[in-house]
Amino acid sequence: MTEVVTGVSGVTRDSGVQPPWALLAELSHGCPLHCAYCSNPTELVGRSEELTTAQWAEVFRQAADLGVVQSHLSGGEPLLRRDLTGIVAAADGAGIHTQLVTSGVGLHEKRLAALTAAGLRSVQLSVQHADPRASELIAGARSFAAKERAARLVRDAELPLGLNVVLHRANLDAVDDLVELGLAWGAERIELANTQFYGWALRNREALMPDREQIARAREGVERWRGRLAGRMELVWVVPDYIDGTAKPCMGGWGALSLTVAPDGTVYPCPAAAALPGLDAPNVKDHRLEWIWRESKTFNLYRGEEWMGDPCRGCELRTKDFGGCRCQAYALTGDATRTDPACHLSPDHALVRDLVDRPRLPGPMVAPAYAYRKEGP
Amino acid sequence: MTWRPVLSRSVVFRHDRVRGADLLVLPERVVVLQGNAGSIVRLCDGVRDVDAIVAELAERHPGAPVAEEVPVFLGRLRKEGWLK
Ligand code: SF4
Ligand code: SF4
Repeated sequence: MTEVVTGVSGVTRDSGVQPPWALLAELSHGCPLHCAYCSNPTELVGRSEELTTAQWAEVFRQAADLGVVQSHLSGGEPLLRRDLTGIVAAADGAGIHTQLVTSGVGLHEKRLAALTAAGLRSVQLSVQHADPRASELIAGARSFAAKERAARLVRDAELPLGLNVVLHRANLDAVDDLVELGLAWGAERIELANTQFYGWALRNREALMPDREQIARAREGVERWRGRLAGRMELVWVVPDYIDGTAKPCMGGWGALSLTVAPDGTVYPCPAAAALPGLDAPNVKDHRLEWIWRESKTFNLYRGEEWMGDPCRGCELRTKDFGGCRCQAYALTGDATRTDPACHLSPDHALVRDLVDRPRLPGPMVAPAYAYRKEGP
Repeated sequence: MTWRPVLSRSVVFRHDRVRGADLLVLPERVVVLQGNAGSIVRLCDGVRDVDAIVAELAERHPGAPVAEEVPVFLGRLRKEGWLK
């Protein structure tokens, strides 16, 4: 997630659409892992439909011209792209900061050296659990040793390392262990991100949903660590919007800060947006990125406040949370223009409350019934 | 030990030609530098100490309160973890 810290003066722009800051490049939907919480769409893009190296290079050139300064090279697993080094070089050559977002599987010393030489600036490693067995159960694949090795390689290469942990029912009780793992692995930053229910995670919501006490305990744990870690490691807590009853400022607003390019070149305002009906998302193969960002129907659909209905329209928080997430509104109500039901002011909030407070078997799940993500035909 | 400020390895300093601003780009964050902040950061090369940075800026901006403001600014960036 990109956050822009800025003062009031300095950056003056004519009114109208502001340029984007960041680009999420989903280089491939292929992945050696099968995480049940994966936010990739349930309709994954096949490998044969992926953009070529030259097409990605062109995407980064156009993105830089448009104002993008930062990119997350993600997937799926970006390391599945054999031409990753070339893609990194193209992004860096265009002046765009690159962070690799990886499961760690497939990161070897030579590979990392080549990526670093090509201009890679930072690595974010996904972690499922601090316990190897639990980790592999969540990921649906052998992967813990590979992650440990990847972390060591990144540290040895003197690249900044961040860990990203998606939190849910089966690992929320391990916050202490996860922070200690981050310290042991030399991470500069850990993002503890409560599951966002999109794509595969939405399908697995029942198995992933934590209960309120679990969240409260984890939150306390994070607070305790914050004091102790000050200056040593940054600890980010991405709130569980279902449980908190607050809408999250999804992507910093629709078409406001960042764009997502899917493996086949389709461009979305948000990685979850592929699930929205009638979006008619444009593709870099047919249009220039500038037109896509400024002019396309897709990027203007929920830009600004015009589309808002009640209660968002008259709510003071609308400039902070932008009425929440459109994909979530659609997933829960069937209408993408409604207030995000995660918000306690939404007339649909009972939907979310019922999901959270539905009685469940006590205790952490030992072998949850995950629908592991699978690649298509 | 005298402090010779230098950007942390996760921070990239660059000029943004589209917005006409100096930026610090971090893995998850972009910081837009206001006013002359960019010209101060440009001197943080790990060789100059704070006194040298102040002296150089004072020469460039005679009469400006660099001796008071620059160390405070550098301290703030250090506290954020952007300078070390
Ligand atoms: S969440 Fe898991 S399955 Fe999905 S892309 Fe990341 S590592 Fe792969
Ligand atoms: S009503 Fe809309 S704008 Fe107000 S807090 Fe809820 S989601 Fe945000």
